[in-house]
Amino acid sequence: MSASKRLLLTAASLLALLLFWQVAALWADSRLLPGPPAVFEAMVRATRSGVMPESIAITLARVAASFLIAMTIGSAIGIVLGRSVALNELLGPWVVVLLNLPALVVIILCYVWFGLTEAAAITAVAINKIPNVAVTMREGAAALSRDLDEMAEVYRLPRLRALRHVTLPQLVPFFAASARSGLALTWKIVLVVELLGRSNGVGFELQTAFQLFDVAGILAYALAFTAVVQVIELGLLQPWERRASRWRR
Amino acid sequence: MSAIAIDIGEKRYKAQVGGPGREIFRGFRLDVAAGDFVALLGESGIGKTTLLNIVAGLDRDFRGQVRFGTKAPRFAYAFQNPRLLPWRSVVENVALPLPAGEPGRRRALAMLGEVGLAELADAYPERLSLGQQRRVALARAFAIEPDVLLMDEPFVSLDEAGAARLRDLLRRLLARRPATVLFVTHDRREAVELADRIVVLEGTPVRIVRDMPLALTPAERASPGRIDEVRRALGAGVEPG
Repeated sequence: MSASKRLLLTAASLLALLLFWQVAALWADSRLLPGPPAVFEAMVRATRSGVMPESIAITLARVAASFLIAMTIGSAIGIVLGRSVALNELLGPWVVVLLNLPALVVIILCYVWFGLTEAAAITAVAINKIPNVAVTMREGAAALSRDLDEMAEVYRLPRLRALRHVTLPQLVPFFAASARSGLALTWKIVLVVELLGRSNGVGFELQTAFQLFDVAGILAYALAFTAVVQVIELGLLQPWERRASRWRR
Repeated sequence: MSAIAIDIGEKRYKAQVGGPGREIFRGFRLDVAAGDFVALLGESGIGKTTLLNIVAGLDRDFRGQVRFGTKAPRFAYAFQNPRLLPWRSVVENVALPLPAGEPGRRRALAMLGEVGLAELADAYPERLSLGQQRRVALARAFAIEPDVLLMDEPFVSLDEAGAARLRDLLRRLLARRPATVLFVTHDRREAVELADRIVVLEGTPVRIVRDMPLALTPAERASPGRIDEVRRALGAGVEPG
């Protein structure tokens, strides 16, 4: 299928969803299920007042911070565990425990131990994400080519040069996979963290709307934020992935 | 003084589950003179690659030592698989062991010219044929002007004409940049065509059953009759190559 045809199909599918929503709203005829126009209106209002752009910016900043921290620490842990059998046997179970710890527990504990602060919020999100990154990167590091390692050793490549040209390119697919799933996970958890212990950001605005039963406002924030995340995925992550894998046949 | 002095007291592979351990080398010694081209001839699986890995310092799990004539010799290793980086272009692969920057890149390009692949400098290795990939691997090996060149069946899985062209290329490259070569093969013809000395390996643990210097002129090396004669002189114990 050509790209333009696929785009057309996606647009038609989304339009049908919109139509379905409108019909359902008309049929329900309730403030608790507003139609697309009402939601759009709420979006325009929140944008004009400046609250929505500011909230989204604040939330995105938190997403970015915790995402970067989680990717860095998670990758480091994953690569170390993937390359050392002994360390993996020693610390692997810790990763599994962390992996299965409910996000909410981590958030509550962070707030209890470090107070209702920005640092606690970002730490909580990062801790939730780190084990996922570590597990994916561990898989990648364990699958590193011994052949290429030996080549690098025989030719006496300096450590950094070997890392850059031999090791990291092999990890790109794993890095991309954990970045993509990571972004999705991160922005969902950030909202919960904001709802529980921050006084700004999309999560906080959602909570306010919830208390007022302002469903139009909730949907407005949900749609706007989802759109922004999609733009980041399409405009940033995918082009980078294509660039990194252009050597493939 | 020899360029490489191999003295392996003992090298064994640990027992796998359900199987006994295997002793590959016991009291194995081999001295190689500087600038010599030594072919190590023997059946597959008897430990020829292990021997190269020990010399290269890749395998340190053995009792004994390998000494070299020069302090910290530069190694190049042409593996059975070319072991190129698929995510780097051909010229970047050749420049990999060279100092970073423009001079390294220029040297890599010149090297590619010598192996006849200048026009493929910016291609990615996976688009190349196996023969071309092996040329790139040779370019990478010679780019660093190695003191010791280790080659592990670098021309297998090529058709005879392709292998012959690569043998020619190897001779030309060595004429310009002399190195001490250890060349592993199970092909007697290949050994006779290239080597100054043929060492035939056999058994478990590996021992040297024949150690034969060859002083052939280029004309003799090009003559099939002369090569067959030497092959016969190598005698039994090795599969016909």
